[in-house]
Amino acid sequence: MTKLKSWKELPCGAIIDDPKAVLENKTGAWRSQRPVWNKDRCIHCLTCWIYCPDAAIIVKDGKNQGINYDYCKGCGICASVCPKKVQAITMEQERK
Amino acid sequence: MILAKTGNEALAYAMKQINPDVVAAYPITPSTEIVQIFAGYVNDGLVDSEFVAVESEHSAMAACIGAAACGCRTMTATASQGLALMHEMLFIAGGLRLPIVMPIASRSLSSPLNIHGDHSDSLASRDSGWMQFFCETVQEGYDTLIQAVKIAEKASLPAIVAVDGFILSHCLERIESFEDKKVRDWLGKWKPNWDLLDIKHPILVGPATMQDYYFEFKRSQIEGMNRALPIVEEVQADFAKQFGRGYGVIEEYKTEDAEAVVLLMGSACGTMREAVDALRKQGKKVGMVKLRVYRPLPHPILKQALARFKTVAIMDRADAVNSYGGPLFTEVTSLLYDLPQRPKALAYVYGLGGKEFTPEDGIGVLEQALAGKKDALVTYVGVR
Repeated sequence: MTKLKSWKELPCGAIIDDPKAVLENKTGAWRSQRPVWNKDRCIHCLTCWIYCPDAAIIVKDGKNQGINYDYCKGCGICASVCPKKVQAITMEQERK
Repeated sequence: MILAKTGNEALAYAMKQINPDVVAAYPITPSTEIVQIFAGYVNDGLVDSEFVAVESEHSAMAACIGAAACGCRTMTATASQGLALMHEMLFIAGGLRLPIVMPIASRSLSSPLNIHGDHSDSLASRDSGWMQFFCETVQEGYDTLIQAVKIAEKASLPAIVAVDGFILSHCLERIESFEDKKVRDWLGKWKPNWDLLDIKHPILVGPATMQDYYFEFKRSQIEGMNRALPIVEEVQADFAKQFGRGYGVIEEYKTEDAEAVVLLMGSACGTMREAVDALRKQGKKVGMVKLRVYRPLPHPILKQALARFKTVAIMDRADAVNSYGGPLFTEVTSLLYDLPQRPKALAYVYGLGGKEFTPEDGIGVLEQALAGKKDALVTYVGVR
């Protein structure tokens, strides 16, 4: 955890001029449900990747690699667009 | 050049000379003509501005925020319900510290529907983080609008320049204007600190902040307003040097030996000068303090100026429904509270919805102030 800045150190107008700043802000912390990806059922159609509103589906070489929970907010869109016959993504209660 | 212009014409003319990059606006009485005349300048190719016709004042301010975030010198104009419809966007412009400049023709707020002049609209926007300048004459409106652009850019704060609706917006006055080139040279080219469209240096504008940072950002914005007062004074002095016309953040009229003074803003100051003159002829020690800059509120200057009088009558052209006096009264009395010897303060509300305010009304207020007596918490001038 980095030390929080005082008001005197903040940029005028809350402008963030460091493009990496967003990467440090892990937005997946307040999820109530998490998608669970089943590697064996996945046919790599990448529909979930297209529909994910936060690019939380990890894709490498055209293949699904799983879910990035640092940024997934548990909206469930990936599970609902996963083809009915495949059902490679299911939503489960988040447990901490 | 000496011209005959109404308040709206003069403000539009100043906008032409300022030549902003973007103007996004939706017309509303009594400020309609500012935008209408300016749109004519755009049509005739007299300005380089991009004119964005929008579908509401809310959109107008949203478009202005977008343009200003892209580093454009940005202006709009509005009044009354239009300013009220901009309300949430005003806070965003303030928080983002965007130097948008907006002349307004001050007007009452509905209901009942009334199109005439009072300060209800701008004073209702008091806490949005915009600077607010109130003008007594058309000339002052013209001069102040040009100054406001420079002040806003130096202070990184948006600015409202208010002229009283109809009383000034539609009143023809003799004004001394400057050459286009002189105005443009004085303002210079606007160099923003950052630009949303600069793809080589990407930035994020308008992030969300939680309990960890919101208060800190507001604190920094408050400091921005605190530091704006010397910038206002510096730009006014520079303007006076360049164009030969100077204004203070306050102006005192016949106060040297005054015992009782009236503090007020806007066009009624002209009326009040007549009232002061009439009583001075009778040998009565009365004067006027005109407040030109409502935000940043000039704490030290006002405090020092008002401390030496026995009585100060504070006159609001807006009411703060059920408060002890209007917005100006409550602010100025708080400011005077910690003085070891406070002047007596009397609260007056006058001229709502364009209700006529005459020199006789002014004389009545001054005489009461001189007697130091009041018969109610707040005196409503001229109400039947």
